This record gives sequence, C-alpha cells and structure tokens, in this order.
Amino acid sequence: MTLTMTHLMALLPLIVVCATAITVMLGIAWRRHHGGTAAVTVIGIVLTLAMLLPIWTMAPVEVPLLVVDGLALFAGAMILISSLTCAALAYVYLDNYPGPREEFYLLLLCAAAGGMVLAASRHLATLFVGLELLSMPLYGMLAYAFSERRSLEAGIKYFILSAAATAFLLFGMALLYAQVGRLDLPAVAAVLGERPTAWGLAGIGLLLVGLGFKLSIVPFHLWTPDVYEGAPGPAATFLASASKVAVFVVLLRLVLSTPAFQDDWLRGVLAVLALAGMLVGNLLALVQSNLKRLLGYSSIAHFGYLLVALVVGDGLATETSGVYLLTYLVTTLGAFGVVTLLSSSYSGEDTAALHHYRGLFWRRPYLTAVLTVSLLSLAGIPFTAGFIGKFYIIALGVEAERWWLVGGIIVGSAIGLYYYLRVMVTLYLVEPGMRRRDAPRDWGGRAGGVVVLGLALLVVMLGVYPAPMIEWVRLVEHITVR
Amino acid sequence: MALVWLILIPFVGGLLCWQGERWGEQSPRWIALGTMLLVLLITLGLWWYGDYRLPPGAEAEAVPWAIEWRAAWIPRFGIEVHLALDGLSLVLVALTGLLGVLAVLCSWHEIGRRVGFFHLNLLWILAGVVGVFLAIDLFLFFFFWEMMLVPMYFLIALWGHSGSTGRTRIGAATKFFIYTQASGLLMLVAILGLVFAHHHATGEYTFSYAALRETPLSDELSTWLMLGFFFAFAVKLPVVPFHGWLPDAHAQAPTAGSVDLAGILLKTAAYGMLRFALPLFPEASQAFAPVAMGLGLVGIFYGALLACGQQDIKRLVAYTSISHMGFVLIGIYAGSELALQGVVVLMVAHAFSTSALFIISGQIHERLHTRDMREMGGLWGRMGSLPGFMLCFVVASLGMPGTVNFVGEFMILFGSFPLVPWVAAIASAGLVLAAIYSLLLMQRVHYGPPQGEGRFADLDRREYAMMLGLLALVLLLGLFPQPLLETSGATMHEVQRLFSDASAFMSSTEPMGDS
Repeated sequence: MTLTMTHLMALLPLIVVCATAITVMLGIAWRRHHGGTAAVTVIGIVLTLAMLLPIWTMAPVEVPLLVVDGLALFAGAMILISSLTCAALAYVYLDNYPGPREEFYLLLLCAAAGGMVLAASRHLATLFVGLELLSMPLYGMLAYAFSERRSLEAGIKYFILSAAATAFLLFGMALLYAQVGRLDLPAVAAVLGERPTAWGLAGIGLLLVGLGFKLSIVPFHLWTPDVYEGAPGPAATFLASASKVAVFVVLLRLVLSTPAFQDDWLRGVLAVLALAGMLVGNLLALVQSNLKRLLGYSSIAHFGYLLVALVVGDGLATETSGVYLLTYLVTTLGAFGVVTLLSSSYSGEDTAALHHYRGLFWRRPYLTAVLTVSLLSLAGIPFTAGFIGKFYIIALGVEAERWWLVGGIIVGSAIGLYYYLRVMVTLYLVEPGMRRRDAPRDWGGRAGGVVVLGLALLVVMLGVYPAPMIEWVRLVEHITVR
Repeated sequence: MALVWLILIPFVGGLLCWQGERWGEQSPRWIALGTMLLVLLITLGLWWYGDYRLPPGAEAEAVPWAIEWRAAWIPRFGIEVHLALDGLSLVLVALTGLLGVLAVLCSWHEIGRRVGFFHLNLLWILAGVVGVFLAIDLFLFFFFWEMMLVPMYFLIALWGHSGSTGRTRIGAATKFFIYTQASGLLMLVAILGLVFAHHHATGEYTFSYAALRETPLSDELSTWLMLGFFFAFAVKLPVVPFHGWLPDAHAQAPTAGSVDLAGILLKTAAYGMLRFALPLFPEASQAFAPVAMGLGLVGIFYGALLACGQQDIKRLVAYTSISHMGFVLIGIYAGSELALQGVVVLMVAHAFSTSALFIISGQIHERLHTRDMREMGGLWGRMGSLPGFMLCFVVASLGMPGTVNFVGEFMILFGSFPLVPWVAAIASAGLVLAAIYSLLLMQRVHYGPPQGEGRFADLDRREYAMMLGLLALVLLLGLFPQPLLETSGATMHEVQRLFSDASAFMSSTEPMGDS
C-alpha cells in the first residue's frame, strides 16, 4: 500500500507535533530560552489543533497501522487541549526552577505524540509503540524535579510498575499472535469473534491488565496516589488527563471492535472491576489529607464509573464514554490547574496538603471559585459538566438494566460527596494564624490563570448547555470505524 | 417569560450582592431585599391578574397551565426548559418570595461577616426553589432539585452555629447534603427508568411531564419507579426513618437558613409528591397509600414525642416540623379533594408559624446568646413584646381555631376520615401531643423562675414588622382561607381525579371504601 496525499494529510497533525518536538530539541541545543521554548510548543499545538478541523471532514482515513477516524480525532483534540493546558501551567510552574526548564516541553510534546498514535492505533504494534511513546516521556516528566525526593520516587515508582504492566501487555499480545497469527486489530477481532478459545481470552485478559494499569483500574491502582502526590504539578496534570484519555480510547476501540468482549464472562469481570473501582476509590479518598492524593483516588472512582460504558458496550456506550471523558478531562484539568498554580514554582513540595487550602477563598476568590466549580463537577452536581457525565452513565446503566452498577454509582457518589464537600468547605473557612501559601499575585494575567479560568467557564457552560457537546460526540461516533 | 424572570431575578440578584459588598456592608442586604420584594411583587401580580379557578368542563383535559414557557435545551433526549405555573405552584412561589424577604430581614444583624457571599447563597437557594416549583420537565426539575443544595450547604457550614462539640455545623451540613443528594440520585434513576420505559413504548426520548404521564407501565415497574420518587421526597419532607438530617441541619443553620429550610425546602418535597409521585404513578401510589399513611402517623407521634424532650429551642421547633409533615403525608395519600386542599393550607400555615418560631428563636439567641432552654425561663415581661408574639405563634403551631394551621389540620382530618377513619382518629390524638410540646416550650422559655436580672432589648421596628406581618397573615388566612383554596383548587381537583380513578381501578380487586 502506497501513501497517498490523503494519507499524508490525515497524518499531518501527528507529523506537526513531532516536528514541533524536534524544533524544540534543536532550539534547546542552540540556545536555552524558557519563554521561547514555551511559545514554540504552544504555537505547534495550536497549529495542530487547527489542523484537526479540515481533517475532520475527510475522516475516516485508514493508513497502514493507524486509522484516523472520529475516535482518533476526538482523542487527539482532547490530548492536545490537555497538552496546551500543561504547557501553560508548566510555564508558570517552572519559572523559578533552578535546573534546566526547557526539556519539560520536549517531553510533553513527545508524550502528546505518543497519545495520538495510541488513540489512532489499529494494530497491536502501533498500540505498543504509542503506549511506550506516551509513557517514556512521562517517567521523565514525573521525576522532573529530581532533586525532590517525592518527585523522584513518583517517577521511579511509575517506571517500574509501568514496565511490569508492559510485560503483561506484551505477553497478552504474544498469546493473541499465537492464536491468530496476525497483529492487526480487525483480524484479531475477526478470528476471536468466531470462537474465543481459552488462549485468546487469556491474551485479551492480559491486554486488559496492561491497559488497566495505566487507567488505575482497581486491582492495578496502587501506584496512583503516590505518583499523583509526588509528581510536579504539570506532570500530574498530564498524567491525569491526556494519558488516561488516550489509554481509555484505545481500550474502548478494543471493546467495540472485538466481539469477544461481548462474552458474558468478560463482561462480568469488567462489571466487578467497575464496582470495585467505584467503591475502593471513593472509600480510600475519605481518609486523605492531601488534595493531590485525594484527586488520585477520585480518578480511580471515576474510571470505575467509566468502565460501566465498557461493560454495556452497545447502545449509548460510545456516546457516554465520549461525553464522560470530555467532562472529566475539563474538570480534572481545572482542579489540577489550580493546585499547580498554587504550588510556588520552586520551593520544595507542591502545595497540596489540605490545611494549605484553609480559607483560600478570602485570599484568592477567583482561583477558589475555579477549584469549587471543579470539585462540584467531580461530585456531579448540576450546573457543571460533571453532572452531564454522571447523567449519561446512570442513563446507560438504567437502559441496560445493570442495577448493581447503578447502585454502585449511587453509593459511590454519596460517599464521594463527603470528601469533595470537606475540601470545599475548607476553602471557605477562616482561622487565625493559618499558614499561607499563595499563588503569585498576578496569577490572573498569566497564562496559567487565564487557562484555568477558561476551563472553569467551560465546565459551567457544558453543564448548562450541553447540547453542542452531545452533538459533537454523536458526530464522532458517526465517523468512527468499527 | 415572567416565569423565567422569577428564576433569573434572584440568581442575578445573588451575583450583585456578592459584588455589592465592595460598596459597603449594607448594600448586599438592600440589594437582596429589593430582589426578593421584586419576586414577591411579580408573583402577586400574576396572582392578581391571572385566573386560577377551576375551569368548567376541563375534566378530561390535561392539566391546564395558567402560564407556560418552553425552549429546547438538550434535543438529544427531548429535554426542554419547560416552565409552567398553575394554582399550586403560584401559592408556593408566592410563599418563597415572602419567606425570602423574611430571611433577608431576619439576618440583618445576625450575619456580620462576609455579607455579600451570604446573600449570594441565600438568593441562589431561593432561585433553585422557585425553579423546582416551576419546572415541569423532569430533567429540569431534578436540575433545580439538586441545585438548591449547594448554597444551602454553604449557608449551614459557613454561617451556622456550632453546637457544643465544635465542628458540628459542618457535620450537619454534610449530613444534609449527603442525605438529599443520594436520595436525589435514586429519583434520577427512577426518572430515567420512566423515560426509557416511555422510549421503549413510543420510540422517542422525552422528559416532558405531560408525555410521561401517558407511559404504559407494568405494575411492578411502576411500583419501583414510584418508590424511587417517594424515597427522594420522603427524605426531604422528612418521613420518619429518613429524617436524620433534619434536627441537626435546622439547629445548626443560621436563622435565615432555618427559615428557608422549614418554610420552603420541606415544601418542595410535598410539592414533588403532589405534582409528580401521585399523578405519574396513581395506581402504584394508591397501593402504597396505607404504608405512606402509616409512616405519616409514625412521624406525627415520633416528632411530637421527641420535641417534648428537647433542650435546644431550635431543635424543638425542628421536631415539631416532623410532626406537622406527618399530617401533610397523610393528607396527600388520603387523596380526597378536601384533604389535598388541607395539605396546601397546612403547608402555607406551617411555613408561617414555623418560620416565625425560628425567627423568634434567632431573636432570643441574639439577646441571650444561647438556645438552651435550661438557661432561659422567666422571660415574660423582660423582653418587651417578643413573648407575646411567641405565644401567638406557638398557639398557631398547635392548631388553635382562628389560625390558618387549624384550617389545614382540620381539613386534612376531615377529608381523610371518610376514607381511612382509623388513621384520622389516631392522627387527631397527635394534636394533644402538639398542645403538650407547645405549652412546654412556652413554659420553659417565658415562665418559671427567672435565671437572671435585668431587661433585654425590646423588638426593634424591623423585628416588629416581621412578626406583625406574619401574625396578620396567620389570622387573616385562618379566618378567611378561601382565596388560597380557590387558587389551588383546580390543581388539587386534578390530582384527586387521577388518584380516585386509580382507586376505582383497584376497587375491582380490593374494596377501598367510597370516595
């Protein structure tokens, strides 16, 4: 198969991101300049985002190993938006960092490219390459403040556990290859669809373990709170948003295209994992006193909810996943954005202990408003995007008559409220002699401030008028290759 | 469009209050007062110029809305912004406006810190409540139902009174929020179940009240869905096993919060039952009625007995609310037109008398700095006219003839007696307990040996006006309740028609008495 102009056009976003990465690298080699590097990164990402629009009209395009369809473009857009946010946050965060600052953007761009490859993969080889291209730079980003013990710990922890997960993934691929004899997903799906043997199911199960690790689905979630807590703000933001979106999208693609996932046994396993995620995530979040850890556990719970979409697997499932991912992404970016902005650029650990946030409202009303909106959205309260996501998940559960899962969502949300409210009320309490740790005074005018304020507005807007988002997600579903 | 304004005005007013703090501490108060007066005036205008009486020959029609406003919102699921007003919602919206004004007035001196943010929360609660009373798209209804919780949470958590053990106001607020949110989610599940059942039958998604009423449901499904709705409303009303949040929330909330909670938030639950639970599932509700009335009886006695044992004046009033709401529950599920009309009257009456008692508790607290009745006693004659007013409202609360509370309770008992004589008979025994706790309250606070010397400040003009206004309303409607009955008559008639149709339908299997 030769590459035509159409194929090149479809791959252009990926190429531009990679080109930007190379430009940044060469720029660093030539002369270090923090502002310049950040600007190049942002321009590259914005250019790519703009490029997605014309490609939207020609999707779906199948390229060898990759497919540029609705799902891939959807995930691509979300990954790019997260990367853009992370770049803006990193610019504020790294401003006073004594070590080299520019490489962060290089890692960020590489990871973004990896995520895009992963989301577009239709071949086990690209799936693997994409996943590794996403993860490798992340190790570096997580351990970026390596003189800080916790950051280094986070990086190494994620690296080692990730390597183990990759081993599972590869083993699963090997089993599938032994069964099917091919590596492209349609062929795998077709062969498994006829008669999923024990080896085939085992392969799929191991694949699920590998991907489940990245999504911190319950039995594989142990790394999440530690890594979230230790990682520098922008890196944690990327890990919580772009990385999860990319991996979930590829999992969704696997589930949708592989009839073996319709198997009752596998569905049962997924349902148990979903329930466990909701309960474990929410229950463990109750006892946290560190906002980043708490957000880590909350993300475990949220991916528990999201798994419901994979359990159901038809009907509204794709639409629900799309809407939920989008609302979750915007919300998480907002919450992590505020934490990152509050963490002074270089003075040891990030500001994440809850007592740092006491009475924040009376010092930083707008920043607190952003955090409040994000927390409300995570809790799924109306007027925020999170409510629309939760509405979709519950609707899906009710439609498929999965009453256990619906019950789990309700119980999980009720427990979840407790800790979200605890954080929220802390923001507004005043006590004499409280410790102060503030964002820089002019945070509103800086890149990061504008971004988080925009995100909060977006959260409210999507919550109040979700119709365009729903239309868009339905369009995505329409041009997705099954 | 007037309906949209009713919701938007408090919403925008709240934002103005928040920002208005820049111009001094008094400005948020005046802005909030003006906002709520405007809402009240618009409602009264609608009342004056509209016609809410029973339209002749409208028997078989769908509920005739006096005013309606709709716009597409989420076309994917057929969700609309659909607001409508009939007699019942008009009465309750007017009540919201009035209590909103009172809530602003009674916190005039009580709230000294972060005045702007306080009024932002207060007005947003009211906006949410008005939305609940006007929304007839089920999604929109749920939206407002949940939306009013967040500002209420902040109101209790930030401006509440801490109990003896330190952090209890946050605990109370959290409890309130989790109870109502979790039960609300069950209602969402029930709403979705209904919508998908409708989708299954007709192939279209809709959350419209009128369309969903026509959904054909199997008996089992409609029972489950009805229970989902009932549970959410039962927590908010509250019905006894689900009342755990109420005493704490009432006791720890600031006066304005208690006034809103008792005066209108509890009414949203009764409204929800009248508007949604009964008309959407008449057969299932009819079958469930004995259980609900039993729960109502339990509530009457449980609330009254616990009220007798309270030391905290606000907790006592909170428990009396549980008792009164037991009557409301019986009236709703008795389902005769007289009883349903009595429910509306009692809701209004309870809002007046209970919020007056909470305001008085607040005023006593401002003077004595305690709500503990063991530290009171002998206050009669030392507080100017406050004890006199308190006597009036206590008497109203126990249902003395001449007050509107009497009209409500009497109509409920009278209306349910032909259908369920035993329930009515037992419930009327609850009135005796009401007399006991009311007299205990007066005795402990105002009579007995005085605990100290000296006089306290008399009511100032603001407090005097609030009390006098409420008292006038209690007496006026107590002596002449006809305007209230006429306004809500058409709606109640419709509910009664649906309910008795279901009863006729069921009487083929089991006799339910004449109706």
